[in-house]
Amino acid sequence: MGVPRFWREIPSRYNLIGVKCGNCNKILFPPRFICPHCRRTGKLEPYKLKPKGKVLSYTVIHVAAQGFERMVPYILGIIELEDGPRIMAQITDCDEKEINIGDEVEIIFRKMGEEGKEGVIYYGFKARKIPKS
Amino acid sequence: MREVAVIGVGLTKFGEQWDISFREMLLEAGIRAIEDAGIDGKQLDALYVGNMSAGQFVKQEHIASLIADNAGLTPIAATRVEAACASGGLAFRQAVIAVASGHHDFVVAAGIEKMTDLLTAGVTGALATAADQEWEVYQGATFPALYALMARRHMHEFGTTEEQLAMVAVKNHSNACLNPYAQYHTKITVEQVLKSPPVAKPLKLLDCSPITDGAACVILAPAEKARRFTDTPILVAGTGQASDTISLHSRQTLTGLMATVEAARAAYKMAGMGPKDVDLAEVHDCFTIAEIMAIEDLGFCKKGKGGQLTEEGETALGGKIPINTSGGLKGKGHPVGATGIAQVVEIVTQLRGEAGKRQVDGAEIGLAHNVGGSGGTAVVHVLRRMD
Ligand SMILES: [Zn+2]
Repeated sequence: MGVPRFWREIPSRYNLIGVKCGNCNKILFPPRFICPHCRRTGKLEPYKLKPKGKVLSYTVIHVAAQGFERMVPYILGIIELEDGPRIMAQITDCDEKEINIGDEVEIIFRKMGEEGKEGVIYYGFKARKIPKS
Repeated sequence: MREVAVIGVGLTKFGEQWDISFREMLLEAGIRAIEDAGIDGKQLDALYVGNMSAGQFVKQEHIASLIADNAGLTPIAATRVEAACASGGLAFRQAVIAVASGHHDFVVAAGIEKMTDLLTAGVTGALATAADQEWEVYQGATFPALYALMARRHMHEFGTTEEQLAMVAVKNHSNACLNPYAQYHTKITVEQVLKSPPVAKPLKLLDCSPITDGAACVILAPAEKARRFTDTPILVAGTGQASDTISLHSRQTLTGLMATVEAARAAYKMAGMGPKDVDLAEVHDCFTIAEIMAIEDLGFCKKGKGGQLTEEGETALGGKIPINTSGGLKGKGHPVGATGIAQVVEIVTQLRGEAGKRQVDGAEIGLAHNVGGSGGTAVVHVLRRMD
């Protein structure tokens, strides 16, 4: 399945910029056009999120999504960011045995996949465990 | 609002149906439902058909007209309803509302999906379009992965085990053996489930519902006219529907579906009943964890106790609340657009006392629960005998 070009051009994929509601102060990511709590009474301003969070849940994918076949097995998690929003991201650079719910992770930018053999490479965010100090 | 009753039901055999076409499949289910109701096609006022993605699966859109045409029912008002795997449940609800409002009298609610014309990778990709393409699928998510994320969190918070998940699959395969329309007529064991290849850990191949072709159909009538057609009309006592964020990660909880809770609340309220009144339920077990969460969210046990209820055998035939007597999505098969209608067919069959070897003795009230995607849509119906 080809990834439409406009997705690659969503800047939030590269800089983790969400929005903050001027009315309820909630930070939202992925960015939205309307605050789900205040709707049209809240004005949304860009907000740069801290690239840190915790693992809420994770899975090890053995039957890949289309375009991810060469990555199996890969780990996909739901990360709760320090700023509040939750994101879905692959957890990279570690073995599945090293992952636990509650682990602290940092968000980094990586290659996500390729379109076909001579296709364009596209990028996005992934999570990486922060070693306990 | 008028009371609405089901007066006829029909199904095709579920499974791989390479020898019949998309259009023949819906006719087969439709003719069975019309014959079951003893109604003439000329009396039908409207048709609602649930279908997720004929465009992707068989490269055919505009299927409501196609079906009306092939059934010889033109110029009947024909409408397609789409909400991923909840398309059938929503088509049923739209048909119920059309009759309840008084706008139409005799309405067909149907569902169909023909999935096995595509290779498995194509099916997986087509189903993935029901998830958030930009923020889930882009990251490499699949449907099994989304439910695996819920399963892992459920295990973490409540101590649910992989064995308990497996028991859902074992029970539903066992029930499917008693259903002539089911895709699988093979019993499986907990050990077989646990040893099946991983798909998205902790979910394994036998935790997942299969790829299925199938169609289902019911005929609805105003309750006051239902007895002209059948001695056992089944009343639609309550209907409820709710939405939630399309992305799993945007939800407040990973261990249940708020759309199910809300849809159930509305359906129970309309029916004037609660979960304790329900004798049996067909729930959306697209993955084993989905059944465990559903029986909690529908109120058959406390949050977190779904695994235990399953392990104690209370959801099996003969238990306190038999779940998925048809075999469910897991054993009967999951032709996505047909599933919500097929669930209603099973509940009606049970409430009429016509379910044969899988009959729940004295069943008077049944519930059908259908989910779209990872929980962005849920629809719940409560049905009961009219006598
Ligand atoms: Zn706000």
